[in-house]
Amino acid sequence: MSATLPITLTVNGESVSADVAPRVPLVDFLRETLGLTGTHLGCAHGVCGACTVRVDGAAVRGCLMLAVQADGATVETVEGVSDSGEIADLQDAFHRHNALQCGFCTAGMLMTAAELLDAGGPPPERAEIREHISGNYCRCTGYQSIVDAVEEVAQARAADKGGQA
Amino acid sequence: MSVQKPLPHDAAALHVTGQARYVDDIPVPANTLNLAFGLSERAHAEITGMDLSAVRAAPGVVAVLTAADLPHANDVSPSAHDEPLLADGAVHYLGQPLYLVAAEGHLAARKAARLGRVRYEDRPAVLSIDDAIAANSRFEEGPRIWARGDPEAAIGGAAHRIEGAIEIGGQEHFYLEGQAALALPQEGGDMVVHSSSQHPTEIQHKVADALGVPMHSVRVEVRRMGGGFGGKESQGNALAVACAVAAAATGRPCRMRYDRDDDFTITGKRHDFRIHYRAGVDAEGRIEGIDFVQYARCGWAQDLSLPVADRAMLHADNAYFLPNVRIENHRLRTNTQSATAFRGFGGPQGMVGIERVMDEIAYRLGRDPLEVRRVNFYDPPPGGGLSAPRAPAARPPEDISAKVKAGEDVSAGRRRTPYGMEVEDFILHEMVDRLARTADYAGRRARVAEWNAANAVLKRGIALTPVKFGISFTLTHLNQAGALVHVYQDGSIHMNHGGTEMGQGLFQKVAQVAADAFGVEAARVKITATDTGKVPNTSATAASSGSDLNGMAVRAACDTIRDRLAGMLAEMHQCDPADVVFEAGRVRAGGADYSFEDVIARAYTSRISLSSTGYYRTPDLTWDRIRGEGRPFYYFAYGAAVTEVVIDVLTGEYRILRTDILHDAGRSLNPAIDIGQIEGGFVQGAGWLTTEELVWDGSGRLRTHAPSTYKIPACSDRPRLFNVDLWDGENFKPTIHRSKAVGEPPLMLGISALMALSDAVAACGDGSVYPALDAPATPERVLAAVGRQRGRA
Repeated sequence: MSATLPITLTVNGESVSADVAPRVPLVDFLRETLGLTGTHLGCAHGVCGACTVRVDGAAVRGCLMLAVQADGATVETVEGVSDSGEIADLQDAFHRHNALQCGFCTAGMLMTAAELLDAGGPPPERAEIREHISGNYCRCTGYQSIVDAVEEVAQARAADKGGQA
Repeated sequence: MSVQKPLPHDAAALHVTGQARYVDDIPVPANTLNLAFGLSERAHAEITGMDLSAVRAAPGVVAVLTAADLPHANDVSPSAHDEPLLADGAVHYLGQPLYLVAAEGHLAARKAARLGRVRYEDRPAVLSIDDAIAANSRFEEGPRIWARGDPEAAIGGAAHRIEGAIEIGGQEHFYLEGQAALALPQEGGDMVVHSSSQHPTEIQHKVADALGVPMHSVRVEVRRMGGGFGGKESQGNALAVACAVAAAATGRPCRMRYDRDDDFTITGKRHDFRIHYRAGVDAEGRIEGIDFVQYARCGWAQDLSLPVADRAMLHADNAYFLPNVRIENHRLRTNTQSATAFRGFGGPQGMVGIERVMDEIAYRLGRDPLEVRRVNFYDPPPGGGLSAPRAPAARPPEDISAKVKAGEDVSAGRRRTPYGMEVEDFILHEMVDRLARTADYAGRRARVAEWNAANAVLKRGIALTPVKFGISFTLTHLNQAGALVHVYQDGSIHMNHGGTEMGQGLFQKVAQVAADAFGVEAARVKITATDTGKVPNTSATAASSGSDLNGMAVRAACDTIRDRLAGMLAEMHQCDPADVVFEAGRVRAGGADYSFEDVIARAYTSRISLSSTGYYRTPDLTWDRIRGEGRPFYYFAYGAAVTEVVIDVLTGEYRILRTDILHDAGRSLNPAIDIGQIEGGFVQGAGWLTTEELVWDGSGRLRTHAPSTYKIPACSDRPRLFNVDLWDGENFKPTIHRSKAVGEPPLMLGISALMALSDAVAACGDGSVYPALDAPATPERVLAAVGRQRGRA
């Protein structure tokens, strides 16, 4: 087997050190080494979006980034953002709107939607939501309920902000 | 009532937090091996030598198995025993598994699987429909032919005749979770298998045969799939059997998942079809005689191709009465992946054929396609059925002579399908009227025409297409299901049945049925993984039958337990057991009012069994598939869609602007889940007919083997405006709570997108050249069709 490289990164708030082979994608490291199986592998070449995780605040494809490239980075997965409660409103909206069927795309879809919701500015229109999540495939829902859920959260968050201002 | 509530999916809370486990998420023992197949590089060849020394020497490899190493059955076919797990002497498609590698790690197994040196002696490969016709390469001895009346005479004597052909491409399932399995060896040679499969009993059967043990030595568990769509009805067999034989050979747990490219390359897809049609119609466009010749490309092994092709024939009528009809269907054997089940199971292809005919009739006669569809509709029921409250329109007397000519039973009216089944509850007249009104079909059609007159580059099109889809397995004995229900001492309920969950919400709907039977909240019912050790001899979760069959089986089990409880209380209170009421978590009998928990605790101490199986078989089915006669379906599900598109005549690109759907789920068990099925089904169907194109090269290699080259609908591809409503009727048959099956029928609503594109293309010409769009109508095909309109071949 090829030689391994030592990496240290922060995953869901915890520091993790490991020796990994250079060829191992980040998603495999998360799933196989750390047991964080909430992130799924769909196509393994960056098209379907099922493996989307957050690295240093940006949504990235876990299958296209190597684990060694995440050395020193802060990585968050669906398990982490669930524990922190930061997307509880989005998760609740997905649940209530039936924005999932088989659920395999859901973790990636949530991470991508959260990126849009965190972008700041006025709440995104439906067209903007559609465009933003078009890099995440869902084969079950037809996307209608996903857009509904994201839109509802965008408007609720904007209303909250308005109320505080 | 727990039924009819729009409750969310039972596992939604697990999915949004990443806790829901799929096969490859199950924690495994540290000594688990990972598997990969070495694949054929040729479409058709004799194997003259196989040097696997480099595979065996590769890092991490623990075992390599070939056909010669399999001690028992080398067969993963769901039907004709013609599909070896590992090729034995010859290969029949490019991608066929040749040998099996077991290694420490998924990547190690895949890398090693590439190192085999195989010598081939090529044989002529039959790849296309034309190749297969030329070589007479087929399943069955010849085409199946069903006929009624005298179509030749009717076509010959008709006022207008149309003739043409349509190519209809296949479709990759692209379940987001690829195929996966895990086998865990047990004491005494037993095996536990976790499989991402719609058909656990078949997995159990094939694994038992491969291990040379009785079925009782194998237990298969399926908690969920990350999508199935028919692609996991038989295509999971190879992985589960591979895991089991490797686990038996090494004594270690084995798991396997296909990388996406391997999944595309190895597994079967929707059958592609070519359909020739000839029809004779009257001045209004009413069909008097029609002849279809359907060619189905089945791939190398039989798999489920015979019933798929049968269902294409069974849906060659869709919603239309065909008085004189002949349907000929060829099941062609080719050196490509073995085409398999895919949502609709041949029905969609048959339906595209007749919808194409309707479109062309309208074009030739210069009539609104919707009017042509309407005049061809089956008659509504004579007295109006439960789901069809409106009285039928009176037929003009000249129709009677036409019926007599066609050898029809006059009293049945225009209600008999080509296979002799009466359409008893045809509700599409009312459904289409309502949809045309709510979607403003007529107004928008006029505005589309105005737009097209004023715009040269962007042309719009609109179409309304109906769906009538037959519900039941056409292999009649499959229409049965079992369930197992326990009530524990604390009043909590454990529910199990033979259906599998692939995201469609079956478990939630059936849990609502169970909760309703006991008069408790759905949350009290624990939904448990499908398990061959709990409910045996199950049918695949397929043919849209999941809720119909398993809902009834679960209700039967619940009713048995409830009747015991009612009997106990009736004896205590000297009342009629029928007067014991289970409602809102309470049980009332003879003036007394108990909590459900109290009743259960009393039943336990009274030594009353709180566990029961349940069983259901669909009544009233008779079917002769050779003669094409009988009643293959218990009932029909209906739907209709209006889709509007816009095309760019300079590039062929297009967008779906708006889709309105009215769909019949009977009295829906769960409107939220059913609407999700309808939205998703439409988008998947529209994808099949628009962007999803499978391309094989001249060597038989599938060139579109990943989402980089195979385009399923993204969020930006779905209709900008998307309105979906449920029809407010109920099933006229006594199905579970009068609901209707909803899994497959909505896929065919996507045909409206293809027909809307045809309409937009037609707007580019002068009315003299029918667009004749093949499917999928990719931008390239749309551009070529626009070119034909403008005299550019």
